[in-house]
Amino acid sequence: MEFTTRGLWTLIHGMGFGGLYLMACSGAIVELYRRYGPRSPAPVAGRDESFLRIYLAVMAVLAWFAVLTGAYIVYPWYRAVAPAGTTSLAEFPQRLLMSSPSTSAWHSIGMEWKENVAWLAPISITMAAAVAIRYGRNLKDHLQLRAALLGFVWISLLAAGIAVFFGAMLNKNAPVEGGSTFHLVERGQL
Amino acid sequence: MSAQDSHVAGISAHIPNGAGAAAVLAAGIGSFLVALFALLADKIAAIKNLMIFYRPTGPLSGVTTCAIVVWLAVWLILHERWRNRTLALARINTVAFILLIVGVLLTFPPITDLF
Repeated sequence: MEFTTRGLWTLIHGMGFGGLYLMACSGAIVELYRRYGPRSPAPVAGRDESFLRIYLAVMAVLAWFAVLTGAYIVYPWYRAVAPAGTTSLAEFPQRLLMSSPSTSAWHSIGMEWKENVAWLAPISITMAAAVAIRYGRNLKDHLQLRAALLGFVWISLLAAGIAVFFGAMLNKNAPVEGGSTFHLVERGQL
Repeated sequence: MSAQDSHVAGISAHIPNGAGAAAVLAAGIGSFLVALFALLADKIAAIKNLMIFYRPTGPLSGVTTCAIVVWLAVWLILHERWRNRTLALARINTVAFILLIVGVLLTFPPITDLF
């Protein structure tokens, strides 16, 4: 059982930051409905207020880490151009996908969409975190602001969902691999 | 936003909603700009070359950096202008959501290919 450096970074980018962000999004939506929905009876407690602020701020950090590691660490490996005379495209995922009609759309639709739409998630959630930090429990008095916050969190969930889905499918069809290899378990160790 | 928007009837607020409105509208603009810059870089070779800030990442580096810089600048400017005001947020929300949805749609390659 082993990892390559590129495979590990892809894992950190996709499952670590992206996947965790996606899960956190559903939690944020539930929390926002629970606290500020029309039937939520009690005023928001100070402890709850701090929790939501920290939760959204951590989500914003996760979202930025996801897009930055994606764009500046994993994507350059993905789009690397194979030198002339290369016989194996295993270390050139974009070229590998585009070399076959049955996989080229994973790049032309999947990656082309994912690489841009993913950035809407950190923008949206940074706004949501900033609003939650500034208004705190006073959000209860700002119906329109709450609606905007929820709407942007929903769209960030959609954007992150698109990015995570296509990221997983791209990596399934043409994994980003290469670099140093780390052996986790050798044959005979188990 | 006109001065008439301040003190709009029916808006209940302990804190003016202007800072929130600035954040919401700026996020809508930022999201739209990501898609707009990506579209321009995709369709115009000169812009594509201009957007290569970091060669291994290609035009994506410039597209996203430009969108983020403009988004933050717009946010800062709107925040300075609106932070002590109470605005009619429904209209601002509508504009921000339209920009956000158009942003999502414009990043979808089959729609981008229509231009």
